[in-house]
Amino acid sequence: MGEQSPASAGYQQPPPRMGFFTDTSVCIGCKACEVACKEWNQVPDDGLNLLGMSFDNTGGLSANTWRHVAFIEQPRNGDTGSGMRWLMSSDVCKHCTRAACLDVCPTGALFRTEFGTVVVQEDICNGCGYCIPACPYGVIDQRRGDGRAWKCTLCYDRLKADLTPACAKACPTASIQYGPLEELRERAQARLEQLHEAGETSARLYGHDPDDGVGGAGAFFLLLDEPEVYGLPPDPVVTTRDLPAMWRRAGLAALTMAAAAVVAFLGRRP
Amino acid sequence: MPQQDLVNADCIVIQGSNMAECHPVGFQWVMEAKARGAKVIHIDPRFTRTSALADLYVPIRAGTDIAFLGGVINYILSNELDFREYVLAYTNAATILNEDFRDTEDLDGLFSGYSPKQRAYDPTSWRYQGRQQAASTEDATSEGMAIHRQTAAGLEQESHGPPVPALTERDETLQHPRCVYQILKRHFSRYTPEIVEQICGVPKKLFLEVCEAWTRNSGRDRTTALVYSVGWTQHTVGVQYIRAGAIIQLLLGNVGRPGGGVLALRGHASIQGSTDIPTLFNLLPGYLPMPHHAKHPTLEQWIGDIHQPGQKGFWANARAYAVSLLKAYWGEAATADNDYCYDYLPRLTGDHGTYRQVLNMIDGKIKGYFLLGQNPAVGSAHGKAQRLGMANLDWLVVRDLYLIESATFWKDGPEVATGEIVPTECRTEVFFLPAASHVEKEGTFTQTQRLLQWREKAVDPPGDCRSELWFFYHLGRIIKAKLAGSTLPRDRAILDLTWDYPTHGPHDEPSAEAVLKEINGYEVATGRPVPGFTELADDGSTACGCWIYSGVYADGVNQAARRKPRHEQDPVASEWGWAWPANRRLLYNRASADPAGRPWSDRKAYIWWDEEAGQWTGYDVPDFERTKPPDYRPPADAAGVEALAGDDAFIMQGDGKGWLYAPTGLVDGPLPTHYEPAESPVPNPLYGQHTNPTRMIYDRPDNQLNPAESEVFPYVFSAGRLTEHHTGGGMSRTVAYLSELQPEMFIEVSPQLAAERGLTHLGWAHVVTARAVVEGRVLITERLRPLRVEGRIIHQIWLPYHWGSQGLTTGDSANDLFGITLDPNVLIQESKVGTCDIRPGRRPTGPALLEYLADYRRRAGLDGASGPNGASRSSGRRRSGGRTDPGKPGRAAGTRRRGKNAGAEGE
Repeated sequence: MGEQSPASAGYQQPPPRMGFFTDTSVCIGCKACEVACKEWNQVPDDGLNLLGMSFDNTGGLSANTWRHVAFIEQPRNGDTGSGMRWLMSSDVCKHCTRAACLDVCPTGALFRTEFGTVVVQEDICNGCGYCIPACPYGVIDQRRGDGRAWKCTLCYDRLKADLTPACAKACPTASIQYGPLEELRERAQARLEQLHEAGETSARLYGHDPDDGVGGAGAFFLLLDEPEVYGLPPDPVVTTRDLPAMWRRAGLAALTMAAAAVVAFLGRRP
Repeated sequence: MPQQDLVNADCIVIQGSNMAECHPVGFQWVMEAKARGAKVIHIDPRFTRTSALADLYVPIRAGTDIAFLGGVINYILSNELDFREYVLAYTNAATILNEDFRDTEDLDGLFSGYSPKQRAYDPTSWRYQGRQQAASTEDATSEGMAIHRQTAAGLEQESHGPPVPALTERDETLQHPRCVYQILKRHFSRYTPEIVEQICGVPKKLFLEVCEAWTRNSGRDRTTALVYSVGWTQHTVGVQYIRAGAIIQLLLGNVGRPGGGVLALRGHASIQGSTDIPTLFNLLPGYLPMPHHAKHPTLEQWIGDIHQPGQKGFWANARAYAVSLLKAYWGEAATADNDYCYDYLPRLTGDHGTYRQVLNMIDGKIKGYFLLGQNPAVGSAHGKAQRLGMANLDWLVVRDLYLIESATFWKDGPEVATGEIVPTECRTEVFFLPAASHVEKEGTFTQTQRLLQWREKAVDPPGDCRSELWFFYHLGRIIKAKLAGSTLPRDRAILDLTWDYPTHGPHDEPSAEAVLKEINGYEVATGRPVPGFTELADDGSTACGCWIYSGVYADGVNQAARRKPRHEQDPVASEWGWAWPANRRLLYNRASADPAGRPWSDRKAYIWWDEEAGQWTGYDVPDFERTKPPDYRPPADAAGVEALAGDDAFIMQGDGKGWLYAPTGLVDGPLPTHYEPAESPVPNPLYGQHTNPTRMIYDRPDNQLNPAESEVFPYVFSAGRLTEHHTGGGMSRTVAYLSELQPEMFIEVSPQLAAERGLTHLGWAHVVTARAVVEGRVLITERLRPLRVEGRIIHQIWLPYHWGSQGLTTGDSANDLFGITLDPNVLIQESKVGTCDIRPGRRPTGPALLEYLADYRRRAGLDGASGPNGASRSSGRRRSGGRTDPGKPGRAAGTRRRGKNAGAEGE
């Protein structure tokens, strides 16, 4: 990212922007990322609920689940003997370049770190909850009985100590890769080409493009199917993108109405 | 083979293993191999997380793997796709058999030598045509056969380089009708792709795709690795499953070579260690057999049975290994004059396997039981028998991290609800002792690939929690003190035991390093650690706790504690931990070079002969005498190590060859043969013999089996593990972060079966066998699919076995469904396949449950006499009159088996 990127957030000589590349084509669904995340960050458990969504029993990202592994059983005809495909994918906060949660936070609890990641400061968050509808991915969430907003910190404390985030450290198959974002993007591109050459034509990157609706994600993915299949929005847009225009239009509308009223008065027959 | 070596494979066949789920960390090497272009094939009854990552998934009917593997062998032989040069040089393909041998082809599914009365084989006719038929005929007597079976002596013999002549008659053209190659060809000729389809339910096209991939990726330039775990072992033909896989790997030249071999994945932390330094009743450390009271009255007879005169290989030095072990046990008391206290060793009197013991407990023949690192109330087959057995003891000691079901069954087990155990009357006194976890104590783990890795203690154990080492050291110390001054001969074995480990800390924790040093072995006179087992002596001048571990403390350095990062050494990583034997990472690696000592190809170079230096060299420690040249030929009268020729790559075998055909050592036949599981819904289309004729049966009212082809139990079921839980659940159902990931007992069924039985997704259902009823929530999934087998549709059901009555999440235990039927070679239970019924809704509770089961048994035509209370005849509603023969010698307790050929749990 260049100096102008919102992800640099005005830091003087920041370290390179760090992020995750989650290559779902090698995910074995072991959920070590979910457990390591909770262990390190002392996130409470999400309750014991058999959901019947294949092997997914945490259901999605929430205040109490910052890494979430989705399991998608797909019938498939043709080439293999299996007659099916079982997709697994570890989801996480995207640490957007243009982060709406950050934009709407009135207290400054949400802030951009020197690594370009987006973190909630638990001692500042007042639980207003504005950030929750602002997130285009539905990642950030309020914790019941606590009221504050919680999500992945990309292990800010570990990054500060030059350590790999807990989930990436625990991942046995390097499905979760951590590193400088620029480097990850190159690696992801090479992996994509490798898969395409191997005939995996439905493989695609998600969230890697700096020109997308959130200015590119700090945590991006290699998927084997449409994003919707994994429960991801196909074309996420930073929800605050249109705020200035909306205000402009609202102002214009108000002016127009005022003008119309004036015209109405002016146009009245004597 | 090391797991890391999987990256060198060109193809990986995973069968009988859910590697991605049960060995997720090791699975990284499969993923790396795949990234390098290897083809990954998964063959399994159920589409698992392993299948999801494989290039090719092949569904198979549970319990039919030998039919499938036999089909692969037939494909290789009928298309002459074997790696002929390798096969001729390194296997017994050319060896000629005794003319009395008769195959299953001749005897409708039996081999020659079968005695229906003993339900056992006399293996004499299986042997090589030999000039020096070294084997004693003792085993062939009916008594010998019985001992052999009772003590599972078969496999231990195989690993000892069994009685075969060093020089065998051979036909290098492989044309002799009685040479192993031709026998093999004939034996497997009926295992055609059509019969594979008919038995296994594997479409012919898929089967051939596996055959082509496996053979195409084997040979001079390429290697295929084979991975299995307990999906193969836990069958009445478990050992023969593995033999079948080994035959394929030998025929294709994949053994002893990088990226090849057979990887047996062990189920948890130190299961390999607990077979090396065994918790098995029939073995002593280093695979020395436990002596039998009748066969081995003297030291010489015992050692004479471990190795035969004239036989090749390293077992010829068995006396050094055995005497050094006795010196380690009894120190100064062990002298040449008293045969190094050989008489102190306990003797086998029969079957003391874990299942025999459980039944003996039910029958009141065992008084006390130590339970460590095991939760048989949940983790072992026939959970009800386990619990009723433990409810009929004087005392039970459970050492565990949590109050597991095996410590609480007397108050909250399923039998309490049915009235079969009454807590106020249960006679067993349970002592629960909290144990230190693996981070709270130091010591080694020996994992899957024979690698010893030293663990440091990270934190002190809380409260009264103590290590196993602490427990046994102080238990022994106190017993010795209590016996001090005794003049009884029976107490000598304990009084003379060396028990002198240094202790430290506030709780007098014994030094684990001191134990490791003893295991390594040392010179008795100086205390100097020996550098390896070749320095062990048979005259009492060395002591060694486990000869195969010799070298782990070489130079007085804890070699298992070495942690040089892999980036700072070559890919074999010889300086990470220490692998037995002699830090070799890949066994039989002499076979990675051709008979002349050159690598088979540049691509697969690993160990080779360096002519100039006059020694074997390469990336690993050569599994061969370092300076013995490839063209060495032994003198005619040579024996032992000296008799190994320069191209005898299989240095532990009595003939130096890899065995396509096992002339001795196995109880159930020299070649793998497809038999149906003990409980099967279909006939055996290959032979009149339906089931393994020598399987271990415990025929009693409390261990009834579903009849074959029963309409009452029409479905096939299997049980296994989830990534999210740990075996019997003691270490995972107690942890919220793991429990939430798989929060409830469930039953997986196909949509078709759900429709047939009216099951709804997330609704309740219960599974019924002759032993138990188990309920759970229904997961309907395409990952299970009906198979067309022998002209009909077979539905398969799958259940995880992690649940019990304790912890954050509780539920019925799937292992309750299985009966006790064992593989005859190693006495492992058949707990990967059975037949059952499934019904919607929850199961009955209380005494109604027993009525319900009795009704099923009646309808299935099983002994109607065992009504609702019939099974409780020998149960935990205890009265002293229920005990029989309390003083009988059979109750020699404490021999607890676990691991390779023991507990259902784990692995």
